[in-house]
Amino acid sequence: MNVKLSTKDLHVSFSSHRVLRGVSFDIFEHEILSIIGPANSGKSTLLSTFNRMIDRYHDAKMTGTVLLDGMNVATMEDVASLRCRVGIVYATPIPLPMTIRENILFGPSLTKRLSRVEASDLVEKTLKASVLWDEVKDRLDSSALALSGGQQQRLCMARTLAVNPEVILFDEPCSGLDPISTAQVEEAMKELKKDHTLVLVTNNTKQAARVGDRTAFLLMGELVEVDQTNIIFTKPTDKRTEDYVTGKFG
Amino acid sequence: MRLPPTITERIAKTILMLATVAAVSALLFVIIFIMVGGFRHLSWDFLTQPILDMGREGGILPAIVGTLMIVFVSVGIGAPLGIASAIYLAEYTREGKVAQSIRFGINCLAGVPSIIFGLFGYILFVVLLGFGWSIVSGGLSLAAMILPTIIRTTEEALRSVPREYRDVAASLGASSWQVVVRAVLPYALPGILTGVILGIGRSIEETAVVIFTAGSAIQMPQSIFDSARTMAVHFYILAREGVSNENAYATAAVLICTILIINISAYTLMHRLMKGRRA
Repeated sequence: MNVKLSTKDLHVSFSSHRVLRGVSFDIFEHEILSIIGPANSGKSTLLSTFNRMIDRYHDAKMTGTVLLDGMNVATMEDVASLRCRVGIVYATPIPLPMTIRENILFGPSLTKRLSRVEASDLVEKTLKASVLWDEVKDRLDSSALALSGGQQQRLCMARTLAVNPEVILFDEPCSGLDPISTAQVEEAMKELKKDHTLVLVTNNTKQAARVGDRTAFLLMGELVEVDQTNIIFTKPTDKRTEDYVTGKFG
Repeated sequence: MRLPPTITERIAKTILMLATVAAVSALLFVIIFIMVGGFRHLSWDFLTQPILDMGREGGILPAIVGTLMIVFVSVGIGAPLGIASAIYLAEYTREGKVAQSIRFGINCLAGVPSIIFGLFGYILFVVLLGFGWSIVSGGLSLAAMILPTIIRTTEEALRSVPREYRDVAASLGASSWQVVVRAVLPYALPGILTGVILGIGRSIEETAVVIFTAGSAIQMPQSIFDSARTMAVHFYILAREGVSNENAYATAAVLICTILIINISAYTLMHRLMKGRRA
């Protein structure tokens, strides 16, 4: 399998607070890699180094490298196109206060003018991929804020998909969702794996076990171990991983 | 002893309501007083005739035109400049010592009496730059006067837009400028417009600055380099020098109506723009 994304000796600190301490691992093409770990382990910070959203935090300091297809993301001049290649879906759904259609077309319309047909094709394609199409196809021009939480989260997925990212980062995408919406999001993720590489940060170890091909365990900014999901959950090498996945702490 | 919550609730509600009634009726009284006094002397001729005999006779057409021209220059320069600086301060600078001192300076400027801006405008625009007493000088000085208000309200409006909108836009590949234009400005618009309307209001009602920088000529201004008299100045001169009380009231009524018309059209325009933006 090809390595899509890899980090080497990644350290990140916010002012004097060290968030990541030497994280090195690879993410393969077309896999779902789950990252689990208790709160404040640096999971979200790790994601923000992949698409350089970390640049937006002025007190963040980062050393080490993140490679996307072997290219160092830190030296990429065009951050906008990096963020199109590495999309993100946040924990809380944040639909922009505009219509469903406008939300989806927000990203693509930043760089090119879409024809009416291209636009509606894209809206349909992305909404189908995020398993939302049937619920909203008759009200694409109504406000996105009127959707339920689960629908908003799937809309945010569709919006991220609309810029056609190679890698999609999910930052606890189901933390605010009910079990049914969660199942729908997970179903969508398994479909997406065919064309994309997925990184899923989650607090929910069961979710990692359900959808992750491989799972990484992050604790206090340190990558404890990364392996096939069934190995992490059945015979992890590190005692701390075992304690965490069996629910002794976290 | 502690009063039961039901009693304090009733007391608080009554006090708050009385305060509101007092405030609103004071405002209503002023408006009704002026409108009643003004409309009695208001006529079509008053709106369309030149000022005659220093304001004792004739109408106030030159003052209406002068007011609109000065406000146009003032807001036309002050609003874009203020909004642009606010965007720069709120979106492009880091919160630090420099930004804080700039903000402090702007807040101080917002509290400076307008006569100071009049003097400043007189020295810079009228004398040094040689624009003389003119609509340009008046408009520019008023622009300087309303700048702090517009910068402050715009900055507050920008900051009230959730940070998440900016993050989402940036994560979808928007540049800083695209973030501002597409994910911030549309939602800050009502707040920004409020600032601009405040600016318009202050420009319309201002007398001290205008007398110092635009003069008080009663002829119809032919260009922005002519001296002109605004309605507020006209009213001030009529009332203060006892020229004509009737015409002073009528002028005040027209002034208030002008402000109303501007406010109503601005808010209507905004509602059109904001349609479909909200749930």
